[in-house]
Order: sequence, then structure tokens, then C-alpha cells
Amino acid sequence: MIAATRNYLVFLRRCARIAFVGDWRYYAWMGGLTVVCLLGLNAYAKQLVDGLAVTGMSDEVSWGVYIANFTFLVGVAAAAVMMVIPVYIYDNDELHDLVIFGELLAVAAILMCLAFVTVDLGRPDRFWHLIPGLGQMNFPRSMLSWDVIVLNGYLVLNVHICGYLLYCRYRDRRPAKWFYIPFVFTAIVWAVSIHTVTAFLYVGLGGRPFWNASIVGPRFLASAFTAGPAIIILALQIIRRYTHYRITDKALLTLRGIVQVSMIINVFLLVCEVFKEFYSGTTHGASARYLFVGLHGYHALVPWIWTAVGFNLVAMVILVMPVSRSLRWLDLACVLSITGIWIEKGMGLVIPGFVPTPLGAFVEYLPSLNETLVCLGIWAFGLLAYTVFLRMAVPILQGRLARTNEHLPEIQGDEPEVPVSR
Amino acid sequence: MNASPSNSSDKTSDAAMSRRSFLRGAAAFGGLTALAASLAPLLKLHEFTSTEEFLQKYYKEMTPDDMARVLRRITAEVEREYGVRPHVRDLKPMDGVEFIYALNLTRCIGCRKCVHACVAENNPSLNPEIQYIRVLKMPHGSMDVEKGDHTYADKEVPEKGFFYMPVQCQQCKNPPCVKVCPVNATWQEKDGITVIDYDWCIGCRYCEAACPYWARRFNFTKPEIPKDRLNPDMAYLGNRPRKQGVMEKCHFCIQRTRVGRYPACLEACPVGARKFGNILDPESEVSYILREKRVFIQLKEEMGTSPRFFYYFDK
Repeated sequence: MIAATRNYLVFLRRCARIAFVGDWRYYAWMGGLTVVCLLGLNAYAKQLVDGLAVTGMSDEVSWGVYIANFTFLVGVAAAAVMMVIPVYIYDNDELHDLVIFGELLAVAAILMCLAFVTVDLGRPDRFWHLIPGLGQMNFPRSMLSWDVIVLNGYLVLNVHICGYLLYCRYRDRRPAKWFYIPFVFTAIVWAVSIHTVTAFLYVGLGGRPFWNASIVGPRFLASAFTAGPAIIILALQIIRRYTHYRITDKALLTLRGIVQVSMIINVFLLVCEVFKEFYSGTTHGASARYLFVGLHGYHALVPWIWTAVGFNLVAMVILVMPVSRSLRWLDLACVLSITGIWIEKGMGLVIPGFVPTPLGAFVEYLPSLNETLVCLGIWAFGLLAYTVFLRMAVPILQGRLARTNEHLPEIQGDEPEVPVSR
Repeated sequence: MNASPSNSSDKTSDAAMSRRSFLRGAAAFGGLTALAASLAPLLKLHEFTSTEEFLQKYYKEMTPDDMARVLRRITAEVEREYGVRPHVRDLKPMDGVEFIYALNLTRCIGCRKCVHACVAENNPSLNPEIQYIRVLKMPHGSMDVEKGDHTYADKEVPEKGFFYMPVQCQQCKNPPCVKVCPVNATWQEKDGITVIDYDWCIGCRYCEAACPYWARRFNFTKPEIPKDRLNPDMAYLGNRPRKQGVMEKCHFCIQRTRVGRYPACLEACPVGARKFGNILDPESEVSYILREKRVFIQLKEEMGTSPRFFYYFDK
């Protein structure tokens, strides 16, 4: 027991240590992210003092880019299952050793989600009111309380799965199936639930016809399963370039298949939504009209949504053509999909739900500089977290950081990263 | 730090090691300094919350002693902040009372006196000014709020061809705002009033998104009220001053109506368009109106919210 604890502590210490060593590119990247993080922290400190008035939000548009980014990132987190399903259900070998990178991305994304909801609170000092037992959680009536549970649950599941598998690899032991397989399958269902519950946050509001549509849930999943794997495709190529970790093109092309199908479904659901809003011509289509063509002289979101639609369509065309088997075109399609869907979730979903107000007033929204800095800070924090996770995971998976080499010299970071034969 | 055995005797490597240690130390120092600098704005954050407020129990779980302590804390805080000693009470709903509001759209002339009386009564922030009542100038023949003008600034009201519709919290029987609150900071009391515990609200604004009547208001910054404009007659769930980062809204003037007075908006109305009373009392004016008037409207009835606020026309 004592030896086991000691081994685990040594493992944690060595993991923590390696996060702080690397070559000059690693320091430059981490230093840059830290600077952006601190700028964001500074902006948040100002917001704590002066209140949410430093944002662009108002009583009319009472949620903005914080909640938009939150929504987008829940999707990214949920998309980790799109790597898990092929591996654990269809026994796809190409992705087998890569699935952990998807799960680590999910962990980083959930951390960012939690940060985004926290900065959106007017009274973050009262967060404990949400803790069951200690405070007053309105469960099961409030969808927000469901979201708190599913997001934290998903975080715990993924931290457990990644942590356990990495530790086993470090010890060079076979993972005990009963100790992670049930959690992997739970996480698959759970991933769908986090994005569904997040969609229900909006869908459940009868007073906001733009959100009160059953298509929002399916659209969330389709767009998440496009943007999430697209991010993973890009991340895997970066990992491959900087670590010599074995990642095959075939694995990337498997993910391409997922992005391809999801994007087609996403665009189809968009068409369904646009048709319903415009053809029926009811007053409930006011938000959609404001979003796509402008209404009563207000059209701040029009350029945003058409950019998103354009990006999504171009990405879809590239993805369905054979040309996207070449990585350069695939990467372009991924960048377009990610950007398009990010806009669609933020400027395209959250903001128009508030315009016009339920009393028919038109007040537009633009994020303030301070608000933007907070967002950038959280994104930098997420990238920082993901980089650290990878910095720990890759040497463990390569066998360069293992129990057996505990007494050998530690990795300094600036030695050449040689490909390890496995 | 372990030096690699193959090059530990190499002097340049030792130099590299000490240079690395130095750089790491400098980076750590620089990082901590930058962290402190980025948090510097927090120095202005002296009165964000007190320990007593931070640890305060949920309203429905407070004993009478707890409540007495809380009221003392609020009294002291208001006195320190505004220099006025308030009379703060925790008024409970009366038995056999369910409040109903009825508003005569034929009479309302759109003068907005109710809006300003409400502001004077309820101690909302005056800078920026928070108003609970929004008056819509509507063209004859429509109840579609999107046709309403929120910002009309006519020299004289009413203008021909229009009617005026004041909208405030509708005190729904089936309130969407209560359902969505993740921490139960807002609830419906047995006299029908939906209240907010300003000391429990976490400021997520989900209720504001859920309300189909745009009745809720958020304190985006620290509320400002000049001391001579503070109404010292206060209730815990009513018009006591709010803090930055919490929600508020119309509560049918709890501090007045729960002691048998009319809401401030009703008293200010110069044309008698506003009627308020107990629907459980068949002799009350509102009971008479709902029984005898042929036309009355619940705003956005299709939402299923079942408002306790009724609009009616005389003719």
C-alpha cells in the first residue's frame, strides 16, 4: 500500500516535472499562452470589480460570447466519443492508440466550459449554492442543474479513463478491463447527454421561439461531431509533427469520414430549420429573419451567419470530394468547419435568441474588448491545459516516461525526440 | 536534478545546467510578478461580500433567529452605505389571499407615471436606471408586441390611433423563471407573488432568458441610489437595496401589499386604469372585474404561463 502510494506520487511528480521542460519552441508556445491567460485573468479581475457591465450584455441580450463559447466547447468535449466509438465498438486499430488524445481534448474542453460558465455568473462567490447537500440544487426541474451534473460527471469519467490508462502504460501493466471498459461505455452515452442537455437549456424556453425548436438538439450533435473530430484531425497532425508519435494518415482519414457525414447532416438540418422559419411566415420567425436578412433596420448578425453558412458549405463540398483525401485540403476543410460552426453556435444561435426581446424590442449585441480578452484568456488556458496533458501523455505512450526508467536521467526536453520503435 | 552519466563530467554541460536553473528561476519569478500584476484590479474589491453574507442560509431554511440576524445585518449595511436607517421586515404572505392585477387598456393613457412611481418605491439602481414596468405604445387592432413602440417620447399622450400597454412581471401561476433557476433563488409564494432572494441568486440570468414577458432585470454593475431617494420602508423579499450581480423584478410591492396597501404603480395612475386585490375574496374589485367584464386578456396566453395579470377593455 505504502509502496503503491509512493509509486503513484513519483508518477505524479514526474508528470508535473515534464510539463515544465521542453525545447525552446515549447517554452515559446507555453510562454505566449501564459501571457494571454494572464491578460484574460486581468480582464476578469476588472469584471469582478465593476460587474458584467464591462461586457456587451444587457437586459435585452443577457447572454453573449461566454455562453456561446461554452456551448461550442461542450460540443468539442462530446465529440471525443467519435473516436471512442470506432475503437471500442468497431475495434478500429488505426485509432486505438490515439483515442486517448481525444479524451484528453475532452478534459481540456470541459475545463474551458466550466471556466466560461463561471465568468458568466454575476455572483461567482455564491457558486456553493449549486452544490447538492450544501446549497440548493434545483434538480431535476432546472436544466442548468442537469448541465452542472453531466458536465462534472463527464469530466470525472474522462479524467479517470485517461489517468488510469496512462498510469498502466507507465507501469507497463495491462489495464484491468473491469476498471475502465464500463466507464468508457458510460462515457459514450454521457457524451451524447452533455450536448443534449446543453441543447435542452435553450429548447426548454417557451418564450424564445428561435430556441424552442426540437431540431436544436440534433443540430447541436451534428455540428459537434463535425467540429470536434475536425479539431482532433488538426491536433493529431501537430502531435505527429512535434513528437514523432506514430499517427497514420489512415487514422486521419477515418476521422475525415466522420467529419464528412456529420457536416452533411449539419447542413441538412440547417436547411430544415431555415425552411421552417421562413416558409411558414409566422411572427415566430422574427429572430431567424433578423439573423439571416436583418429586420427593421437591424442586421448586425447578417455578415456573421453568411460567413458561417459559406464556410460550412465550402467545407462540405471539399469533404465530399476525393480531393479531401489529401491532408492539405482536409486541413482547409477542418479549419472552415471549425470556424463556421463556432460562429453558428455563438452569433448564430445564442444572440439571435434574444433579438427581438419577448416584448418585441430590438437591441443588438457586440462583445466588448474586456469580454473578448476574458474569452481569449480561457481559450489560452484550455490550450495550455491540453498542451500539458499531451506533454505528459506522449512520452508515457512512447515508453520514454516509465516506471522502469525512474532511476535513469530525466527527459530534459531539448534532446532530440527520436522515434521510438515499439 | 540528475545529470546524465555520459556528460556529467562535461563542464559546458554543467554551465548549461546552471544557466537553465537560472532561467527557470527567473521565469518563475517573472511569472509570479505577472500573475500579481494581472490580479491588481481586485484591490478595489473591498466590499464584494462579507463572511456573514457569504455563509447566509437559504431563505426557506432560516429560523426566526437567523432572519432577525440577517435583518440586523441588512439594516447596518444600508445605514453604512446610504446614511439612512431603514425599516426592514420579513413580511410573510397572508392567509386566504391570492393577489391579482387587472389593467384597463381603455383607460391607460401611456403617461408612464406608474413606471416612475415604481422606481421611487422599490429602490432599484438609478444609475443606470432599472425600471420594472415597460409601457408599449401599440397601434389599434393588434396585440402583437412586436408592433409596440418602447421608446415613444411624445409631448402629449395619448395619441389617436394607439393604445398603451404597460407590461411588468405577470406573476404567473406556472412561472418559467422559477422552473429554470438552478439554485431555487426565486419561487412562488402562496399569495401568488414570485419573489427573489437577492442574497441567494448566483446571477446566471437563466430566468431572464426564460421569461416570456421580459420582466426581469439584472444588476450588471453596482446599483447607485442617492441617499435622499432611498425608500427606507423595506422588505427582505421586496425593495431592500440589491447588490451587483443579482436579479430583480416587480414583486407587487410586497412591502406595501402584504400590509394591506396598494402597489405604488396603482396609486400613481391618474386615470384609474390599474386594479389590484384578492381574487379569493368574491367582494374584491378584481373579482368583480374578472366576473363581470366581458373582455380580458392574459398576455401570451399560449405560453401556458397563466398570468395573474389581466388586461381588459371597457368597451
